[in-house]
Amino acid sequence: MSVERLDPTPSQTVGPFFGYAMPFPGGPDVAPAGHPDAISVHGYVYDGEGKPIPDAILDFWQAGPEGSRAGSPGSLRVDTSSGELLGRDGVRFTGFGRVSTDGDGHWALHTLPPAADAPYISVCVFARGLLHHLFTRIYLPDTPDDALLSGLAADRRATLRARKDGSVGAAGTAYRFDIRIQGDVSEETVFLDFA
Amino acid sequence: MTTQREIDEEILKYADRVTPGGHPERHYPPYRSSILRSPTQPLTVVTDPEAVELWGPVFGTGDVTELDADLTLRHSGEPIGERMTVSGRVTDRAGRPVRNQLVEIWQANAAGRYVHRREQHPAPLDPNFTGAGRALTNDDGEYLFTTIKPGPYPWGNHVNAWRPAHIHFSLFGTAFTQRLVTQMYFPGDPLFVYDPIFQSVTDPAAQHRLIAAYDHERSVSEFSLGYRFDIVLDGPSATHFEEDHQ
Repeated sequence: MSVERLDPTPSQTVGPFFGYAMPFPGGPDVAPAGHPDAISVHGYVYDGEGKPIPDAILDFWQAGPEGSRAGSPGSLRVDTSSGELLGRDGVRFTGFGRVSTDGDGHWALHTLPPAADAPYISVCVFARGLLHHLFTRIYLPDTPDDALLSGLAADRRATLRARKDGSVGAAGTAYRFDIRIQGDVSEETVFLDFA
Repeated sequence: MTTQREIDEEILKYADRVTPGGHPERHYPPYRSSILRSPTQPLTVVTDPEAVELWGPVFGTGDVTELDADLTLRHSGEPIGERMTVSGRVTDRAGRPVRNQLVEIWQANAAGRYVHRREQHPAPLDPNFTGAGRALTNDDGEYLFTTIKPGPYPWGNHVNAWRPAHIHFSLFGTAFTQRLVTQMYFPGDPLFVYDPIFQSVTDPAAQHRLIAAYDHERSVSEFSLGYRFDIVLDGPSATHFEEDHQ
């Protein structure tokens, strides 16, 4: 059966002024509060001169701890009396997180380790100057290479591996993952095309 | 400092290029900030039918209330400006409605000023307008916002650079692959030809898809002007993986 193919709405940059609209309370805190397995993943977003980008915003999406891809509502939660956003209830794992970079270009996410059959955290990168978002993935160290990683040259593969950096984050063991939007072949983060 | 004439000449070099889906090339030098914020390596194609990105985040009635879609009711008084509605339907490329998904918007006020500390344009803030809203699409993929028409504003790309009036839109589909952030413009804006962000969409047919239509049927007598902006999300999803890859 042939399917009608409509032309998509083109992308435009998120611009510099998303900061009062897109971030929400608890956006970085994907792990249920106090969960014993929680981890922190953090890093910088860099431009082609190696300068940190202070006006980027990252959306994160991952499968549930048992591998469910169904997600759960409850990331934003509106207080029905004040209209303000409350953020998560601290119990449900929604699989969705959002973090904007701070003035130093740094971000930090607090979540659960990805499921064994979906061993990565998917990232969608938006920034002033970026006309069309970019997808990448965070893989923790010491997990087997999946099909995507196996298909990459070693230097490219390394850009998708977080590393333990010895620090402990708000949610437990911390991993470092930097995103380089532009760089040479061994530096630039691998970005993905799902077309 | 670069002049508008120089930017115009650069824009002409890229004009009429047809790109996949009509999306902008990420490296578009007339928009200066894109030069260092665009990849130089080719993207890596993912075809895994179990990829997590073929599913996506979900939102519910606890996340968004109907009041969140009215940007004119956030403060004790009415904002200044032309009251308007923008409504439309969100679908995938096969025309299937994207149901119960999050639509977020943000915009400048009627004077072209954003509620943002880095925004130094000497136009007045409006104490009755913040300029951010949220909605969930209904079972037919439809959304509706009530707001005021934003003003154009200057920016620092080159001398005398002005952004055409626009509303920022952020959308989720049934799959994370369908994520979209874009800008909705107003019909007949004389600033289109001068604006490197609008012109980064180089195919005229694709530019047309960024412009809302004035729809008199959606205007409300003695209250608001109605604009229609239908949105088509790109990218495959798990529910329709076979069809999406035909």
